[in-house]
Amino acid sequence: MKPNMSLKKNPMPSQDPKVRARNFKEVALGYDEAVAIDEALRCLECKNPACVAGCPVNIRIPEFIKKVKEGDFEGAYNVISETSSLPAVCGRVCPQETQCEAKCVRGIKGEPVGIGRLERFVADWHNAHSEKTPECAAPNGKKVAVVGSGPSGLTCAGDLAKKGFEVTVFEALHLAGGVLVYGIPEFRLPKKIVGQEIENLKAMGVKLETNIIIGKTLTVDELFDMGFEAVFIGSGAGLPRFMGIPGESLKGVYSANEYLTRSNLMKSYENEPVTPIMKGGRVVVVGGGNVAMDAARTALRLGAEKVYIVYRRSMDELPARREEVEHAIEEGVEFKLLNNPVEIIGFNNPDDPRDPKNGFVTGMKCIRMELGEPDEKGRRRPIEVPDSEFLLEVDTVIMSIGTSPNPLIKTTTEGLEVNRHGGIIVEEVSGKTSRDGVYAGGDAVTGAATVISAMGAGKLAARSIAEFLLK
Amino acid sequence: MYRIVSKKLLNPTVCMMEIEAPFVAKKAEPGQFIILRVDESGERIPLTVAGFDREKGTVKIIFQIVGATTLKLNALSEGDFIQDFAGPLGVATRVEGLRKVLIIGGGVGCAIALPIAEKLSANGCEVTSVIGFRSKELLILEDEFKAVSDKLFVMTDDGSYGERGNVCVPVSRILSEGERFDEVIVIGPLIMMKFAVEAVRPYGIPCTVSMNPIMIDGTGMCGGCRLSLNRDGEKVIKFACVDGPDFNGYEVDFDEAMSRSAMYRDFERHAYEETCNLFKKKGVNK
Ligand SMILES: Cc1cc2nc3c(=O)[nH]c(=O)nc-3n(C[C@H](O)[C@H](O)[C@H](O)COP(=O)(O)OP(=O)(O)OC[C@H]3O[C@@H](n4cnc5c(N)ncnc54)[C@H](O)[C@@H]3O)c2cc1C
Ligand code: FES
Repeated sequence: MKPNMSLKKNPMPSQDPKVRARNFKEVALGYDEAVAIDEALRCLECKNPACVAGCPVNIRIPEFIKKVKEGDFEGAYNVISETSSLPAVCGRVCPQETQCEAKCVRGIKGEPVGIGRLERFVADWHNAHSEKTPECAAPNGKKVAVVGSGPSGLTCAGDLAKKGFEVTVFEALHLAGGVLVYGIPEFRLPKKIVGQEIENLKAMGVKLETNIIIGKTLTVDELFDMGFEAVFIGSGAGLPRFMGIPGESLKGVYSANEYLTRSNLMKSYENEPVTPIMKGGRVVVVGGGNVAMDAARTALRLGAEKVYIVYRRSMDELPARREEVEHAIEEGVEFKLLNNPVEIIGFNNPDDPRDPKNGFVTGMKCIRMELGEPDEKGRRRPIEVPDSEFLLEVDTVIMSIGTSPNPLIKTTTEGLEVNRHGGIIVEEVSGKTSRDGVYAGGDAVTGAATVISAMGAGKLAARSIAEFLLK
Repeated sequence: MYRIVSKKLLNPTVCMMEIEAPFVAKKAEPGQFIILRVDESGERIPLTVAGFDREKGTVKIIFQIVGATTLKLNALSEGDFIQDFAGPLGVATRVEGLRKVLIIGGGVGCAIALPIAEKLSANGCEVTSVIGFRSKELLILEDEFKAVSDKLFVMTDDGSYGERGNVCVPVSRILSEGERFDEVIVIGPLIMMKFAVEAVRPYGIPCTVSMNPIMIDGTGMCGGCRLSLNRDGEKVIKFACVDGPDFNGYEVDFDEAMSRSAMYRDFERHAYEETCNLFKKKGVNK
């Protein structure tokens, strides 16, 4: 087979921006078989593949792509699933441009191979054509508890089930999936895909207990009393942060977590929702990560007339996945870069304290920023430009400026050490915490990070737990 | 799924249910709350724990039928199931070391105040209770309060039962007569708590209020339940679901809390009416 030397990736078929900005259906439609093979042919099968080193879980990329070239899609899936548990998810949400694809030699001159798109294709192909559940070793009679059903917990549970452990996942909410169901919107990651992963786990014998808050309903120590011999904590990033500027408690100010939870988990985008959300009007999202992009694009789909993103640095520093930024721009989100909010203004009728409009947001005051000297991390520090304040007229403000750890588990688990930011401390090589038999991973350890790193941490902990319990 | 073990209307708009939820029953303490969803497509609402039976594995909830969800909940009967019931959430009311306490309950807030009064009384604490209602038909739990209070004052706004006036009337009287307490605990509508706190403030007695803002997850993840405290002149933001629901009454910004609680008023009214109409059509009786 001759390599495809085109400098460009095969474009991703997508819904038209004007149409999709008003619906919640998935934006990217995926490659078909012919396009996938054509894209696979762009891979040169390097002897020392840099892409593999760029992948946080070291998927053997050229090997799976070779199978795609040969039309052996199930074979390609088998290669991926040896190191990754959630390929249909990661193919959609991984920041490939800073990981595998950043290292691809084809990227030196032209665009890198569309590794993420191929991963997604292979996983979707498998889900559409294969009913096989992964094989599990014979039960070894040992019970493990997993706290949280985000990517780290689901991965840890799946790997342990494969090794013959009896696994129970405890989830605080009524639905499993963590950020994959309450945070990342349907148009980027259809809930059906997450649901399928969870059904797979159940088919492997993993038990799922929703509505159980570890630290409240049960403590980690009680889990041991109940006969679990090891516990994995994958409880996620925690509490949303606010800026501490005046007006943040006005009606119409949301954290991105609240806004996205209302829309995704509680389905307030439906025609007759039971959980309300402020729709329409002018919306500003503060922040520049994936979460901010998701909130902004959700606002459009909920019917906003105008959506702004206010971010204090410039385009080059935006931490979101490149593709999400491009999609947001195509859909009409307006970026107000190098700006920072200083105050949120609310309606106040001085003559009538009972005016129902009182206390609703009417605008956000911002100040312009410029980039100064780079800080320790090499990121140029934004500095305020004196006397440059201006008012942005908006009805809804969504704060998307990060999270701080949830203290629930820490405060109820004696001997569990956390760092000064509140993240659980683990041994890097094993995922083991300061408590014997307790392991942790994902955002609960690192602070808000990525699906793939959470998944990698779940895998590592599963391996360590197996060693610990089977030694 | 969680079974409704028993159901009883306490007055025309307030319903009590006992729900089978062994995990919650084992841990629940007065002052904590649960989050429930009535059915697969329902919204998540917080309700304070109004009692529990650790042996039977049941938790008591008392709710006012005010919105679409409580209307749907009230349409269920003994033996039916509700979809989700998670808890206990929040921090339990602190009762340790208290020897003499004044409890002030307003309306359905009395349901939350009662288990606290019971626990205090069981601990040998002297309890004075003031409970207030709009009128006689809305009176609930009088006998239960009588059983655990050394003194009980029952108030109605219209004077149709007990003494006429709001809860602040006897509170100001008792305090101005010189009686002192280790702590005052106030639970009821925001506006009532606001005024009760002001009635107590001149006496400098520690005053705890129980806040019930709009919530979604109840685990600290969304920040929708946030409220502001004024602590030594500085504004501090707290999440009611993890830091509360109990707060120092002198610090709470009640005006903001009242404003925030009205954020979805139009939506809620509409949803309530829709549900009423739906039930009428289907012939569901209340
Ligand atoms: C809107 C949004 C968009 C994102 N976009 C991307 C993206 O495009 N690409 C990417 O790689 N990453 C993205 N991320 C980040 C990524 O989703 C997270 O890094 C990842 O989900 C972390 O996984 P986790 O398993 O550690 O935790 P989570 O997914 O947060 O799951 C934790 C689970 O634990 C539960 N839990 C918490 N406390 C308890 C308790 N005490 N008891 C029981 N259960 C508990 C929670 O309810 C939750 O279900 C995004 C995040 C958000 C919020
Ligand atoms: S209800 Fe979401 S943080 Fe409290």
